[in-house]
Amino acid sequence: MTILAQTPAVEEPLPVARKAHPGRWLAAVVLALAVALLARSLVTNPNMQWGVVAHYTFNSIILQGLLVTIELSVICQAFAMIIGVLVAALVQSANPILRGISAVYVWFFRATPLLVQLIFWYNLALLFPHLSLGIPFTGMSESWPMNALISGYTAAVLGLSLNDGAYMAEIVRGGLLAVPPGQVEAAQSIGMRRLKILTRVTLPQAVKTMIPPTGNQFINLVKSTSLVSVIGGGELLTNAQNIYSQNFKVIPLLMVAAIWYLVLMAILSTAQYYLERWVAKDQPAAHRPSLRTRLATMIRQKERA
Amino acid sequence: MNTAEHPAASAQTAQTPAPPDRLEPMVRIRGVHKRFDKVEVLRGVDLDVQPNTTTCLLGPSGSGKTTLLRCINHLERVDAGQIFVDGHQVGYTARGGKLHEQSDKEIAAARRRTGMVFQQFNLFPHRTALENVMEGPVRVLRQDKHEARTRATQLLEQVGLGERMHHYPTNLSGGQQQRVGIARALAMDPKVLLFDEPTSALDPELVGEVLDVIRCLDGRTMIIVTHEIGFARECADTIVFMDGGSVLEQGSPQDVLNNPKSPRTENFLRRVL
Repeated sequence: MTILAQTPAVEEPLPVARKAHPGRWLAAVVLALAVALLARSLVTNPNMQWGVVAHYTFNSIILQGLLVTIELSVICQAFAMIIGVLVAALVQSANPILRGISAVYVWFFRATPLLVQLIFWYNLALLFPHLSLGIPFTGMSESWPMNALISGYTAAVLGLSLNDGAYMAEIVRGGLLAVPPGQVEAAQSIGMRRLKILTRVTLPQAVKTMIPPTGNQFINLVKSTSLVSVIGGGELLTNAQNIYSQNFKVIPLLMVAAIWYLVLMAILSTAQYYLERWVAKDQPAAHRPSLRTRLATMIRQKERA
Repeated sequence: MNTAEHPAASAQTAQTPAPPDRLEPMVRIRGVHKRFDKVEVLRGVDLDVQPNTTTCLLGPSGSGKTTLLRCINHLERVDAGQIFVDGHQVGYTARGGKLHEQSDKEIAAARRRTGMVFQQFNLFPHRTALENVMEGPVRVLRQDKHEARTRATQLLEQVGLGERMHHYPTNLSGGQQQRVGIARALAMDPKVLLFDEPTSALDPELVGEVLDVIRCLDGRTMIIVTHEIGFARECADTIVFMDGGSVLEQGSPQDVLNNPKSPRTENFLRRVL
């Protein structure tokens, strides 16, 4: 009887206790300690010469190089996107020769190292000493010495654009493939023609799937501009190298370059986040959380993992 | 034609004094053949659709009804045969004893004479309901933006979506999306409306609202591929029964649904009714 009396008719549902993860916490403490020690050894290392780093961070030559890095990245990305759309359109062509040419382009520029391509373009004059443009069978033509045309900068623009263009072509192709075929049919059914379907219906939808890989590609491109230092492109790393080749402050100047790359990446990642949010405007609000909630979810997921 | 409930539609019919048998058919299909690889989906289809009538295409899956509908606006190429909408041949021009596919421009012009409503709605997800309806008039017909907006608003109100016209498709139910799809087709002022199983992708409770909207369009020339036999009985002027890529029989709903001549029609109706 007493037992029955002690069991209430309506019972509170039992709450779930938080599970303890002692091993995980131990690992976290050990790792945090290791990171702290490494950070301390870097920060307190006299060879880092933080004073020199601070001195050169806003140096005019460094800032000049930073500007060239940004300029190169923007110009090459713009060219790469144009190349990407054109090549992706060719890949979809019904003509096997056009398809073949675009496939070989993508294959060639993705299969050879960027560094090799950059050095090749820089030395183009060895292959073609003169650039001649003319109208066939009319005798009208103009010729320029290749060495006057190809500087470190133009070789960089050529190399980076053509290389990045091959990757962009694949991104655009993937984006277009992700648009359901019913979209093209709907556009055709209201009497749209090929070009209008591309610009009004398929590309705008493809852009949404293209933004994350394009963002990665752009971030890669910004870092790839540092390869241009081997042909003296005048960008951030070239200028940092020029300075340390005179004063031998190698590590501090590499730190300056690294700091600026980090700043650029932080800006780009944030911009990409807001861009993705903006193109998702046709999604219900739950699918485009604010930066804060997204960070919170990320941290929670990391904790769980 | 069930015009008693729709005074506007009956008035329109009253203004057309010519008896139906003397009218030039709005859609004329002659000897259309179509095969996908080894499967012959259409085996010489002939069909006339009179203006201002509703035609329902019935038949088992794989009978070719959707393919036939898609040939009428050249979403599907044919292998032989001709299709005319309002006297204009669709997709091909006969020259030297052969059919030559028309240019992109001519095909687009032919498609403007037909409006299509899809089973999966196919609304443009990156545009609001209003923008979906305005897209054709503004970008294809080059109408003035303000006029197109006024007309699109009217059409969306007509299909009962005046309140939701600034919503994106993802924020609309299936029934609402399909009603936007109908408004988008109507905005082009097509001669013929083609419906490809317009309610097949809908939850059962949403079918009614879409059928109600289609019912209100009575008086236009419509070709509807459907599995809703009740709707076909009520709204169709002509029922066309297809099987195995050909038209087995056609006639009034009473004739085809109540007294089918072909045993295959009878068999199909016994299974779906």
